[in-house]
Amino acid sequence: MNFSIPKETYAGIIPEIVFGKGKKAYFGGQSALPFHFFEGHFPHKPLIAFEIQDQIPEDYPEELAKTYSSVWDDTLRWARFCESLGAQAIALRLTSTHPDSRDSKPEEAADKVKKLLSEIDLPLIILGSNHTEKDADVLPIVADASRGYNCIIGKAQEGNYKTVVASAMAGGHFLIAMSDLDVNLAKQLNILITQMGFPREKIIIDPMCSALGYGFEYTYSVMERIRIAGILQGDSMLCLPMVADVGFYVWKTKETQASESDIPEWGSLHERALMWEAVTACSFLLSGADLLIMRHPEAVKIVNRFMNDLFS
Amino acid sequence: MALTGIEIFKLLPKTNCKKCGFPTCLAFAMKVAQGQVDIEQCPEISEEIKAKLKEASTPPIRGFFFGSSSTKIKIGEELVLFRHEKKFFNPTVLAFEIKDTDSNIDLLIDEVLNSSIERVGQTLKIDAIFLKNQSGKVDIFLQALDKILDKAPDLPLIFGTLKPDVAVAAVEKTKDIRPILSEANSENINEMAEIAKKYNIPLVVRDKGIEKVMALLETARSKGIQDLIIDTKPETAKEILINNTLIRRAALKKGMKVLGYPIITFANRDDDFYETIIASLAVLKYSSIVVLSSIPKWKNLVLFTLRQNIYSDPQVPMQVKQGIYKVGEPDGNSPLMITTNFALTYFLVKGEIENSKIPTWLAIMDCDGLSVLTAWAAGKFSASKIAEFIKESGIEERLNHRELIIPGYVAMLKAAIEDKLQGWKVIVGTKEASGIPAFLKNYMKSKALV
Ligand code: B12
Ligand code: SF4
Repeated sequence: MNFSIPKETYAGIIPEIVFGKGKKAYFGGQSALPFHFFEGHFPHKPLIAFEIQDQIPEDYPEELAKTYSSVWDDTLRWARFCESLGAQAIALRLTSTHPDSRDSKPEEAADKVKKLLSEIDLPLIILGSNHTEKDADVLPIVADASRGYNCIIGKAQEGNYKTVVASAMAGGHFLIAMSDLDVNLAKQLNILITQMGFPREKIIIDPMCSALGYGFEYTYSVMERIRIAGILQGDSMLCLPMVADVGFYVWKTKETQASESDIPEWGSLHERALMWEAVTACSFLLSGADLLIMRHPEAVKIVNRFMNDLFS
Repeated sequence: MALTGIEIFKLLPKTNCKKCGFPTCLAFAMKVAQGQVDIEQCPEISEEIKAKLKEASTPPIRGFFFGSSSTKIKIGEELVLFRHEKKFFNPTVLAFEIKDTDSNIDLLIDEVLNSSIERVGQTLKIDAIFLKNQSGKVDIFLQALDKILDKAPDLPLIFGTLKPDVAVAAVEKTKDIRPILSEANSENINEMAEIAKKYNIPLVVRDKGIEKVMALLETARSKGIQDLIIDTKPETAKEILINNTLIRRAALKKGMKVLGYPIITFANRDDDFYETIIASLAVLKYSSIVVLSSIPKWKNLVLFTLRQNIYSDPQVPMQVKQGIYKVGEPDGNSPLMITTNFALTYFLVKGEIENSKIPTWLAIMDCDGLSVLTAWAAGKFSASKIAEFIKESGIEERLNHRELIIPGYVAMLKAAIEDKLQGWKVIVGTKEASGIPAFLKNYMKSKALV
C-alpha cells in the first residue's frame, strides 16, 4: 500500500552552536522537531557535558561518590577523569561561591577556571551557583578570565540578566538563559537579552529542568512547546537550542539515594539511581534538549547509546 | 474528527419538519454536535449521510478494552500528538513476556502479581502478561496458560503465537477475559482474522514498516475486525520514534482510519538498562502496549513513574483536600506540620512522617495544587494565609502546645507567621522530606528535655 508521509512545514532552523577553543563541541543546527529525520536535517547529535564542581560536592549521594570521590577534591583531576571517560565537554559548577556554601570569592573561582582552561583541551561550560545575586558578582569575573576560550556561561535569569549578559558579551561567550517553566517567560527573557545587543544565535534556553517524578512533566511539556513555537511557528526568540541540567535535579531525589533495605519495593539502588538520570535525560532529548548536563558516567553511556540508535 | 453543528446542519434536509422533536434542523444539528442527541432521531436523512456522520463522529484512533469485566484496560482513543494540547488519555499498558518454555513460570507470574507500587496515591503495576508460544506446540502453551489462570484468573493477557491452532485452543479457555491475539502477519492473516472475528478479540497486526502493515490492516478491516493493534516491527529507536509519530500524525491530522489504531512495542533488548530506555521511548511516544522481557523492581519504578507523569493532566495538578490530617494517632502533644495540597508534596511528606513512626498532625493548606516553593512564589503559601488557615482549622483546640513546623524551603516565613499567629512558635523543618524522620526524632527528644 502507498503511504505518503504526512510532513510538517517548518518556519525556522535552530542555530548551530560551536564552542571551545582547541577541541570544539557542537550541537543544534537542526530544522525539524527532535529526530524527525524524515522531514528535516540534523547536522549534530545532542551533546552531553559532564558536570564537575569547584569543591568537594556537599550533596553527592553514595552512587556518585563511588565514582568521583577519588578525584573530586581537585577540580583539574576531576576534569581529567571525565576526559578519560570520554567526555566531549565539561560543565563546571561553581558551587563554592554560594553564600550558604563557602561563599568563596569570584577571584578564587576565576583562578580555578583559568587553570582548567590552560590544562584541559575540552570545551567548557561555566555555571554559577544558581544564587541570583552572587552569580551577578561571580560570572563577570569568570567570564573575563575565560575570554577568548569561547565558552558557554550561565545562567542568566530575570533577576541578574543585565550583568550576566554584559559579561558573556564582553568575554565572547555563549549564554544560558534560564526562566521558570513557562514559554512566555522564556521568550520575554530572550527579548530582553537581545535588546541589550547580545546575539540571538548565541543564546541557549534553559526552560528549567526537573527530575523524573518531581515536576518532570512540566519541563517535558514546556520544552515541547518552546520547540514547536520556535521551529514550527517561527518565533525567533524561541527558535534556539535548549539545555537540560539533568544531574543537578536527579541526584537530589530520594530514588537516587534510598537503599533497597530501606524501601524493598523500589529494588536495587545502583540500577535505579543511574537509570533515574538516564531516563530523565533521554526523555528530555525527545522533548527538545540539545545539550545535557549529567553526572553518572554509566548513565551517560546509556544516553549515548540511545543517541547512536536514534541516529542509526 | 468531530463535526461542528453547522457542518452537520448542512447535511440535514433543512425542512424544519420537527419530526425529530426539535423546532428546526439547526437546533437539532447543534444538539447532535454536542453529543446530546443521536442522529438517528431524524427520520428524514438518507443512510448514506447517516454513515457519513457516524464516520465523522468516531474517534480518529480507535479505543477498546481487553481483560475481564473486573480487570479491563482501555487502550487507544488518543486525541493529541503533544500532551499540552489536551492530555494523553489511556496510559500505556506494561506487559511482561513469559515464554511457554520457561521453567519457572510460577515464579514469573508471582513477579507480576507482586509488582505493585504506591506512588502519589496511585497503585501502579505491571498490567498484563504476554504469553509467548516459544515451543510452537499447543499442549505446552496450554500448560503455561493453565498456570497463569490458576494463579491469576482474570489478569489481562496477550497471546503471542503465529499458529492458529494454538490461538484457538488458548482463546477457548479465556473467553471471559478478552485476551489480545498477537500476531497476524502476511502468512497467517486470514486464519488469525477468522479467530479474532469469531471470538471478538483484539488482534495485533505485524509487518515491517508502515506500508506493509497498512495492507494487512486493510485486510483485517475488510473482514470486519475493528479492534486492531499495530506493530511495524521497528528495530532501532529511530524506527520506533518515526513510525509511531507518523502513525499518530496520519491518524489525527490526515484522518487516515486505516492507521487509527493503538500501537504495540516490543521493548525486549539485550540488556536491562537499554530495554528500560526503549520502553521509555515507547511510553513517551505513543505506544499503547509495551512488552518487557524482565521486570526487576527498579525498572518498574522508573517506568511507572514516567507513565504516571506523562499521562497526568497538564491543566490540573493532582491535589488533595485542605484539612488537618492525622498521620498515625496523634494527640495533644504530637507535633504539627504544615504543607501545601499538591498531591506529590502531600504524599512525600506523609510517607516520611510515617517512616519516622512519630504520630503527627499534618495541616494541608489549599494552594491550588502547587508545590511549596511554587505556591510561595505565587503568593498562595504566605504567612498571612498560613496564619488564617491555622486559626480557622480548629487545631488549636486539639493541641496542648503552640508549635508549627514549616517546610525548610520557606524558612523566610518564620518571623512573619509568628507575627500573625499570636502565641505560636514556628519551627523550621528540613528542606527535603527525606530529612523528616531524623528531624522529628530530634524534635521530640528536645521537647522531652524541656
Ligand atoms: C513544577 C514547577 C512548577 C509548576 C507547578 C507545579 C506544581 N503543581 O506545583 C508550574 C509550571 C505551574 C510552576 C509555576 C511557577 N513556578 Co515553579 N517550579 C516547579 C519546579 C520545577 C518543581 C516543583 C515541584 O514539583 N517540586 C516537587 C515538590 C514535591 O516539592 P515541594 O512541594 O517543595 O516539597 C518538598 C519539600 O519542600 C519538602 N516539604 C514539603 N512540605 C514540607 C513540610 C515540612 C514540615 C517539611 C519539613 C518539609 C516539607 O518535601 C518535599 C520533598 O522533598 C520547581 C523547581 C524544582 N525543580 O524544584 C519550580 C519552582 C518551585 N518554581 C518557581 C517559580 C518562581 C514559579 C513561578 C512563580 C514562575 C512564574 N514567574 O510564573 C510560577 C508560580 C505559579 C503560579 N503563579 O501559578 C521557583 C520558586 C523560586 C523561589 N525560591 O521562590 C522554583 C524553585 C524554580 C526556581 N526558580 O528555581 N512551577
Ligand atoms: S426531523 Fe430532520 S428534517 Fe425534520 S426538523 Fe428534525 S432534523 Fe430537520
